[in-house]
Amino acid sequence: MAQWDLANADAVLVMGSNMAENHPIAFRFVMQAKEKGAVVMHADPRFTRTSALSDIHAPIRAGSDIAFLGGIIRYILENDLVFKEYAVRYANLATIIDENFIEAARNEGLFSGWNEEKHSYDFDTWQYQGMVIPSALAEHYLDTAESYSEMTKRLHEGPPPDDPTLQHPNCVYQILKRQYADYTPEMVERVTGCPKETFLKVAEALARNSGPDRTAAICYAVGWTHHTTGVQMIRAAAIVQTLLGNIGRPGGGILALRGHTSIQGSTDIPTLYNMLPGYLPQPNAFKPQARHFDQFLDDETIPTGWWHNFPKYITSLLRAWYGDSVGPENEWGYQWLPKIVGDHSQLAMTLAIDDGLIKGMFLLGQNPVIGGSNSKLVERGLGRLDWLVVRDTDEIESANFWRKGHLVQSAERRPEDIGTEIFLMPGELAGEKAGTFTNTHRLIQWHDRVVEGPGDSRSELWFVYHLAKRLKALYANSELERDRPIRNLTLDYRAEGPREEPRADDVLREINGYTWPEKKQVASFKELKADGSTACGCWLYSGVYPEDDDNRARSRIPDGPDGPGTHLGWAFAWPANRRTLYNRASADPDGKPWSERKRLVWWDEAEGKWQSPDEIDFEPEKPPHYRPDWDKKPEGMDALGGDEPFIMMPDGRSQIFSPSGLKDGPLPTHYEPVQSPVRNPLHAQQDSPVAKKWAREDNPLHALGDPRFPHVLTTYRLTEHHSGGTPTRGVPHTAELQPEGFAEIPPELARQIGVRNLDWIVLSTPRGEVETRALVTERLKPFEIDGRHIFQVGMPWHFGWEGYATGDIANVLTAVVGDANSSMHENKALTCDVRAGRIRRSRHRR
Amino acid sequence: MTVNRRTPGKRLRSFLRDWSLPRQMRGESHKGAAARSSASEQLRPRLEEADKVGTSICPYCAVGCAQLFYAKEGQLIHVEGDPRSPINQGTLCPKGAATFSLISNPDRLTKVKYRRPHGTEWEEVPLDWAMDRIAHLTKKTRDETFVETLPDGTQVNHTLSVASLGGATLDNEENYLIKKVFSGGLGMVWIENQARV
Ligand code: SF4
Repeated sequence: MAQWDLANADAVLVMGSNMAENHPIAFRFVMQAKEKGAVVMHADPRFTRTSALSDIHAPIRAGSDIAFLGGIIRYILENDLVFKEYAVRYANLATIIDENFIEAARNEGLFSGWNEEKHSYDFDTWQYQGMVIPSALAEHYLDTAESYSEMTKRLHEGPPPDDPTLQHPNCVYQILKRQYADYTPEMVERVTGCPKETFLKVAEALARNSGPDRTAAICYAVGWTHHTTGVQMIRAAAIVQTLLGNIGRPGGGILALRGHTSIQGSTDIPTLYNMLPGYLPQPNAFKPQARHFDQFLDDETIPTGWWHNFPKYITSLLRAWYGDSVGPENEWGYQWLPKIVGDHSQLAMTLAIDDGLIKGMFLLGQNPVIGGSNSKLVERGLGRLDWLVVRDTDEIESANFWRKGHLVQSAERRPEDIGTEIFLMPGELAGEKAGTFTNTHRLIQWHDRVVEGPGDSRSELWFVYHLAKRLKALYANSELERDRPIRNLTLDYRAEGPREEPRADDVLREINGYTWPEKKQVASFKELKADGSTACGCWLYSGVYPEDDDNRARSRIPDGPDGPGTHLGWAFAWPANRRTLYNRASADPDGKPWSERKRLVWWDEAEGKWQSPDEIDFEPEKPPHYRPDWDKKPEGMDALGGDEPFIMMPDGRSQIFSPSGLKDGPLPTHYEPVQSPVRNPLHAQQDSPVAKKWAREDNPLHALGDPRFPHVLTTYRLTEHHSGGTPTRGVPHTAELQPEGFAEIPPELARQIGVRNLDWIVLSTPRGEVETRALVTERLKPFEIDGRHIFQVGMPWHFGWEGYATGDIANVLTAVVGDANSSMHENKALTCDVRAGRIRRSRHRR
Repeated sequence: MTVNRRTPGKRLRSFLRDWSLPRQMRGESHKGAAARSSASEQLRPRLEEADKVGTSICPYCAVGCAQLFYAKEGQLIHVEGDPRSPINQGTLCPKGAATFSLISNPDRLTKVKYRRPHGTEWEEVPLDWAMDRIAHLTKKTRDETFVETLPDGTQVNHTLSVASLGGATLDNEENYLIKKVFSGGLGMVWIENQARV
């Protein structure tokens, strides 16, 4: 949902986020909603300014979010508060699941399909009855020897089996009831520490403010993602919102509040290992069907729904990258794409560097010594590289660890012992270079080049372009097959001025896509073809540059005060400038708005098309009463009815139950964090059975109940600093506002260890120790669990030894541990000890 | 501002007549004419001097607040929130409001620093030299570690020994080119950014 759409919500739950402090300008819209009468709620371990501005603050133990959300799901089901017409028609609530499926709640915390030997799940029992449901990007069928695509062909033959009366024992509704039966208000209180009265107020307010006439929104941030169960926390929120009918409607939805300015853009156009631009899968060597392009297409193309267009997008991408050098005769250059052979995420990378597998490295505006988990391990690895290129605006910790880092300070190593050849190169900032950022609600916004960066500062565009030119020259005479991709890679961007700066608009034109070989801009991804007659760098962004002189990202026309408030003229939102995703769901199955108050999209019978002040996220002329003709074995969008709004799903429905795409279960279930001081109160399975633990000597994890680490530790951010701190700790304005590191500890714990406000304390975990100042505060509530009193401690992770605002690095404490689905670390919930004093008497300060 | 060469008496009379505070104390409205003085009459907005104005986006968080950049003779002179933006309507948070300080921070790097293996100090090197050297090292490591097929014959065409980290602070166009050149051109698979941080 667009951030400004929050102002239309009747209730807002902020959870896993301290929105008022970390996304302050977006929080204005929550406040606008509140002024109009909305209930604002904050469920979070810390009492922050977000809590202070909310009507309800529900304090919960770090890492217990699924218990809280599962409690809300149960509350909705038990009190018959489901928005049935929405959830039965637009979601898979009535769908019948394989008869052998067993919920984790009935099976000691493991879903059916657990394979102890492989230590992972088999997914057969998670499918719809008699029907395999694929998911874009799923790694599921790695072990499927025979053609997976054959198994999904039933999607052409008819709709999934369902029971609209919701009585079938294996329909999703009944499964949900069983899975969450134990998540009673009493259990929520026991697991999360939140008083059940407060929990019930939140559940009641969400449900009361949902329905045809009202909508509720949920906002989250890294407080949800930074867990080994982070993906399932978000899934739990999606289930709540689907049951209540809050997706695709004004003031409803889930807003992910992301961190960096273009974190969304760098996910869509991913500098990530497992995807190609536009959420296309990077080929995986261990998928048997990935060996040849035709098999890859067959396997990755989902028979029904929008993803059926996959071949057009991947072929256009290969054309954009390799130009005329590819065609059907050489599989469009498919073999030139490197195949992944496992997890190449940042966590795995940390270990691969330390193990000497990775020898050369580029750090492009990222500071892993501060932001990476298990910071000392990160440092040790950087010191083992042959070479390291650091591009940033300041001398960051990841560039000068060899003379100021922990290893040198503790005399574990001398600079002379560290063999890494290091280049520290000045980078440019927005305003010194032109280009686009994509914000947290998918808005692609252009920034101009107004001045030049100082001295030898250059943009990353300049760096990569000129590096590629040099490499092309070095490989120019190679005859080797393996050097063909770099030799043939297209690089036709105009470079201008004395610095020979490549033009970002040329790159954006390629991202948008054009016809091949004429290079006439395409107006949208609907024009892309699978025959090589179009080239497109990222299908999802198509439409951002629809004509040679029309850069929509630079458009700056907001709606006036009397306008519809969708602001279609302000920049460009992917896909196709749609501001609310799945907005067909804002109308009922017959195409009428659910209510006048929540009107966004409606079917215009006279005109024979959908109408809206937004761009419509649906086929514009498909009538609500369209039904697939199953006798014809329909493909793609033809297989979705006019009342099935979730067009990216193979069955057009929101997946309350997710048959594929997830490695840890088709439904969320509460697991404890990997490093937790308590036993899982809900079932025998303590933590996520598939969590990535990477336990080893330099990344030690302690056993459950280790008395040395009795407290819960959570890390967090401050308004005045940004992530790794590079753009704020060295800038006087922001450094002055928040000048030094600290950790929050509760007064009772402070008394126990004899510490007063601002005294030095030492925090420790099996990975290391940090010293910092104590901020004694009641903001982080201790909780009782099974008769034990457990303290929670919080530490901001921005600080390091560079800049004006300094402090010990919180990530020295954290572990390389990750979510099975996303390889996201778990730095929001771990364990620690706290003692009074300092680590060392004299300490080399900068 | 003009230099005042008058006698103390005249100065006092001029103070009472011209300065805004005495007039406001005499009851004239502080919102109207009495807010002005001969000095303030001559003040001009700094932004009037700008010879270039551009549209920009806050470089910190993903809310995406729009900014206006003002420059004079190639130097940035001011950054402010863009009042037209439906996201921020001219406002900026403490980080966004520090954008000008961030860009014009005198502590910023301006030269390439080089640390040779086992070195104990930074050395300053020319940009061109660094680029050539980095291209050489990239090629060397890639060539030494490139794998075309796995033992079972599966084509992989990758190097597992060169990594790239970062992208969330960069432009879409930059991310695109990083992925295109590093993955599509060189066969690198360790390409990651802050999305998992
Ligand atoms: S001004 Fe603040 S809220 Fe707005 S984008 Fe910048 S950092 Fe985010």
